[in-house]
Amino acid sequence: MATKTKSKPAGKKGDTLQGVSPETAMMLMKEMLLYRRFEEKAEEAYAIGKIGGFCHLHIGQEAAAAGSIKPLRTDDYVISAYREHTQAIAKGIKPNAIMAELFGRADGCSGGKGGSMHLFDTSVGFMGGHGIVGAQVPLASGMAWTAHYNETDQVVICYMGDAAVNQGAFHEAMNMSAVWNLPAIYVVENNGYGMGTAFSRVSRTEIHEKSSAYGIPVSIINGQDVLETYNTFSDLIAKVRKGAGPQFVDLRTYRFKGHSMSDPVSGTYRSKEEVDGKVEQEDPIRSLKQAMMDAGKLTQDQLDEMDAEARKVAQDAFDFADASPLPDDVMLYTDVYADINPNGRLFFDGRERPGFAR
Amino acid sequence: MAVITYREALNQALAEEMARDESVFLMGEEVAEYDGAYKVSKGLLEKFGPKRVVDSPISELGFAGLGVGAAMTGLRPVIEFMTFNFSMLALDQVLNSAAKSLYMTNGQIRCPIVFRGPTGAALQLSAQHSVACETYYVHAPGVKVVVPATPADAKGLLKASIRDNDPVAFMEGELLYNIKGEVPEDDDFIIPLGVADVKQEGDDVTIITHGKMVHVALQAAQKLEKDGIHAEVIDLRTLRPLDVDTILASVKKTNRAIYLEEGWSYVGVGAQIVSIVQEEAFDYLDAPIIRVTQADVPMPYAKNLEQLAKPGVPHVIEAVKRVMYR
Repeated sequence: MATKTKSKPAGKKGDTLQGVSPETAMMLMKEMLLYRRFEEKAEEAYAIGKIGGFCHLHIGQEAAAAGSIKPLRTDDYVISAYREHTQAIAKGIKPNAIMAELFGRADGCSGGKGGSMHLFDTSVGFMGGHGIVGAQVPLASGMAWTAHYNETDQVVICYMGDAAVNQGAFHEAMNMSAVWNLPAIYVVENNGYGMGTAFSRVSRTEIHEKSSAYGIPVSIINGQDVLETYNTFSDLIAKVRKGAGPQFVDLRTYRFKGHSMSDPVSGTYRSKEEVDGKVEQEDPIRSLKQAMMDAGKLTQDQLDEMDAEARKVAQDAFDFADASPLPDDVMLYTDVYADINPNGRLFFDGRERPGFAR
Repeated sequence: MAVITYREALNQALAEEMARDESVFLMGEEVAEYDGAYKVSKGLLEKFGPKRVVDSPISELGFAGLGVGAAMTGLRPVIEFMTFNFSMLALDQVLNSAAKSLYMTNGQIRCPIVFRGPTGAALQLSAQHSVACETYYVHAPGVKVVVPATPADAKGLLKASIRDNDPVAFMEGELLYNIKGEVPEDDDFIIPLGVADVKQEGDDVTIITHGKMVHVALQAAQKLEKDGIHAEVIDLRTLRPLDVDTILASVKKTNRAIYLEEGWSYVGVGAQIVSIVQEEAFDYLDAPIIRVTQADVPMPYAKNLEQLAKPGVPHVIEAVKRVMYR
């Protein structure tokens, strides 16, 4: 039941690129450049100690974010794991607020209390940022349940890495989504490795086979091709919005950097040659550039201008984050509970909690 | 006031809250067509339909997580665990997702969800169906824990829990479902979280306890009366928030206390209570506080061994006499 999405041949001069309008293609290029420059800036900030903890970069996988999220509406939900910076930008969180969150500052989108792995902004439907592999999958089903319960036409996209399909949470959520026909698209960003373990070493079946037990249709998409990704997701989202029920996507992509900032790019689990080859041949930005230039829809000047703008936004985000204050000490104690019950003790650390809001 | 069972009291609370608020729905194994494994949800499918009373697959982690996701987007799910023993499979979604969502989103995402079902042992259900699970839940900031012992408390506290804006673990007892008691019929009968109940007054010693052990404590107190010992029995009713004031007031009056709980002793609920009392009422104590708990073994099946493992009236009487040096 796998339906391989066939790319229309690129490179022909015409009004569209694989059915995508030149304006949209330009927007996708702009987005991907921003993601790339933002992540490079985060990498730089991490190296000089501005960002702590874990930091998982999305470099190489930009098309997966832009192509799938851009066709969504603001009131649709996106939920992800912890390699989610660029998805958060794509869904509409301001780069400044994301960088400030990475820096652990008060102006961060989670007030500095979440960090790289827990970016949230409910006003644009970005629902995190979750740190336990696979745990976001049933949460996504619950968000889709709400849409179904309230009879809205909202759609939920849930991202996970390929390793998540070996978690029970994934299988339980897939089954329930199918049983209740929930409006969710489950997307495996299949970069071939769960941290340092090649997927082929931990599964006898392929990613695209994983939804067949639940009767959920699968699409295999070249996630390095933003036009194909955008096209296919536009169709999938429209279908789900009309009640087609859950969908599964094997979005084939490649991570150009290490698992996290503290991990090597290559060496122990994948060769330098493999990574270099992918970077050389499957960079989604370079591929789009080629397609657009071949079609006469992009000039080098335009590209340079967009890239300069992306670099500026990334630098501005860095400067904004760096200037943002640390969260006030009192924030340590806020938002543990929504209701501080008037009776009884809720906290047992023996500390004073002077006048915090909630 | 009508006299009804603990089971009926829970059923009333669910029905009333579902009628009051359309965002409340019930999901779990066997809750709909089967009327609930313990019949707590009897008749609710008929009343509210399959959209709001939902039979789940046997996927505790999955449907707990689905409930959390629904709560994060504005619904108020009541998730039934057939027993909290099975909720061990779902702990990740309770402790990592529900409990932390408000905090790590800086207040953006509330998680108003109730996880409910029986905790602890019934009769000869053996090692894997008899665990008192309170400690697992009460440990984590972000979760509230409610442990009603009587029909009235079950109703008033379940209604309060459903209306609360935080995740609540609402722990019942298989052996409590048939207990009868007077329950107000008022639709707005609420017992606020964080208020303990002095189930019996006394001056000589305080027996602090929760859940189904309240009934063991009351039986023991009755027997102690015959020896001229007037025990005060405090039913905590909620473990988080915890009514520390009522505990301390009683200990300051009696100067002696024991903690009785169904679960294991190590880092059990009683350990926390002892810690609080010694820190905040040390000068009032005339004896060390003793805890009465399950034997430190997995629950055995054989009737006699199970009886030996469970804390019972004789253990309570013995502990009371020890703290009274009698």
